[in-house]
Amino acid sequence: MALLRVEDLQIYFPIRGGILNRKIDDVRAVDGVSFEIEQGETYGLVGESGSGKTTTGKAVMGLNNITGGDIYFEDNHLNPGKGKKVDVRKDVQMIFQDPYSSLNPRKRVIDIIAEPIRNYEKLTKKQELRRVQELLEQVGLTPESIYKYPHEFSGGQRQRIGVARAIALKPKLIIADEPVSALDVSVQAQVLNFMQQIQKDLNLTFLFISHDLGVIRHMCDKIGIMYQGRFVEEGLRDEIFTDPQHIYTKRLVAAIPDIDPRRRQEHQQYREQVKEEYQNSFNDYFNEDGLAHSLKSITDTHRVALPERG
Amino acid sequence: MSDTLLLEIKNLKTSFRIGEEYYAAVDNISLDVRHNEVLALVGESGSGKSATAFSIMNLHNRAKIEGQILFNGRDIANLPPSKMNKLRGNEISMIFQDPLTALNPLMECGRQIEEVLILHKSNMSSKQRKAYGIDLLNQVGIPRPERIYDQFPHELSGGMRQRIIIAIAIANKPELLIADEPTTALDVTIQAQILDLIRELKNDLNSGVVLITHDLGVVAEMADRVAVMYAGQIVEIADVETLFIQPLHPYTRSLLSSVPNAEGTDDKLHVIQGIVPSLKHLPREGCRFKDRIPWMDDSVHEEHPELHEVSPGHFVRCTCYQHFHFPEQNEEEQAHGIT
Repeated sequence: MALLRVEDLQIYFPIRGGILNRKIDDVRAVDGVSFEIEQGETYGLVGESGSGKTTTGKAVMGLNNITGGDIYFEDNHLNPGKGKKVDVRKDVQMIFQDPYSSLNPRKRVIDIIAEPIRNYEKLTKKQELRRVQELLEQVGLTPESIYKYPHEFSGGQRQRIGVARAIALKPKLIIADEPVSALDVSVQAQVLNFMQQIQKDLNLTFLFISHDLGVIRHMCDKIGIMYQGRFVEEGLRDEIFTDPQHIYTKRLVAAIPDIDPRRRQEHQQYREQVKEEYQNSFNDYFNEDGLAHSLKSITDTHRVALPERG
Repeated sequence: MSDTLLLEIKNLKTSFRIGEEYYAAVDNISLDVRHNEVLALVGESGSGKSATAFSIMNLHNRAKIEGQILFNGRDIANLPPSKMNKLRGNEISMIFQDPLTALNPLMECGRQIEEVLILHKSNMSSKQRKAYGIDLLNQVGIPRPERIYDQFPHELSGGMRQRIIIAIAIANKPELLIADEPTTALDVTIQAQILDLIRELKNDLNSGVVLITHDLGVVAEMADRVAVMYAGQIVEIADVETLFIQPLHPYTRSLLSSVPNAEGTDDKLHVIQGIVPSLKHLPREGCRFKDRIPWMDDSVHEEHPELHEVSPGHFVRCTCYQHFHFPEQNEEEQAHGIT
């Protein structure tokens, strides 16, 4: 049984206009997305800005209204508005992109981390204090930091406070939306190492949303590539990076800067070649509206949006 | 490649006042850039790379700038505004990091491009200016430039805005282009396009480029030479291949090993211990990187670290590189106990 199952998810935002401000059209932010995440796995959702990856993450969190489709968490139906609401917010937590704006500057660390605990559990002041100190230790901060304010910490430390808050209720799934994009490389390394560590320690499942393919490659077991609200390809890490099938995936992979300057020329030529192929074969890979086709399985784990043959 | 120096920075020191005292954010750096060359400035935030760029452009407000900035042999450090205005946006121009804040939200994109033309090419008629502006938009790869010309920045995506910034920067065919994190806010495919564009411009105009970034992948793709900055100083400078294949300074080596690389293993990434010291608390004496490699013995550092030329064109600061090794397991735990 998959921990999280998303089936044919659709999220449309209305475009209003005209004199009466009636709905005239939709923006199809997410348009028929399906995927599953197994317990203990890290699933990477990749795409450029506007591809719908964050919207998908928010929908799982319950922060967006869903137009169509189903989300199941441990086989519980999650769609708001359909029958009774199952409260999974305790089991699903989020790590935000920017550690500078996702922590309230006027709250002390103890209040930031204890907030979710106060919402869901009734603890005495003493118990709460101990819990927060344990959490801080878990994320590698000294217990004395509880009475400090966010500005007294560095970027990496702040992101760890964000992580401590996310794991406070012992969630099963953590949605990490660009958790390291705002950080310097060395701090980024610190946070990534640390996320892998707590994943092992707490048997966590990650939905990792990022546009940085280097980071995705480092972190994720399974990857879904999104383009304009649809999946163009999904597969295991190696399938995506060493054997990309869809031209869009190829282009993304080719666009990753190569860290070895000796291969620069070669890499540029390859990228040029892929770009040309992309332009020439765009119509073969996308339908007349410029959207991806539906996914076809090519192996057990690898699915690609290819047109119907013939 | 011609060998005349386009830009030569000699002992530049840029200090900011905090309270009663001045603190140097850029502390005695010397650099040069030739025509048709990309020099990359690399470092974490707070290392002084942007402060260096702003010093070249003379954009600092109330900073004390000492030393020389020779542009084509002429010292432009502390040039009065009237003279600097003639250079800025004309012979030297800058691509800013954040395309959302660098553009005026109340002005159509086309007019913002025309601004630099009005300032520096006063003999153009308004018709010529518009034609030229549209041509620029074409050059930077903007589709339907006639339409975009009359649009406001908020109507465009991040990648498009960044291209407008680039169009403004190259409008007067600058000899020196300073690109401060030009692709940090962008998606990879657009990043690749923008980098191609900068490279093309460099080749076409024979300009020099100072590329400021913390993304080592971008450096490997773009740079001819690389200067690594830490705490206001250059700690290593070399041509790009040497720097990536045989990095010497502990900071350079640490940075390179903290990047999740293409091999995509589950190995732990290297973490540099501690944090970049803030301007006020910069260690001014001895090796500035010392606190971040606490497992190394104090005796490996120089008392007054200098840049040593280890091979032609390859300079490294301090002697600690000769003995440097990454921490063993027990050393790492010990060091973590301290922090």
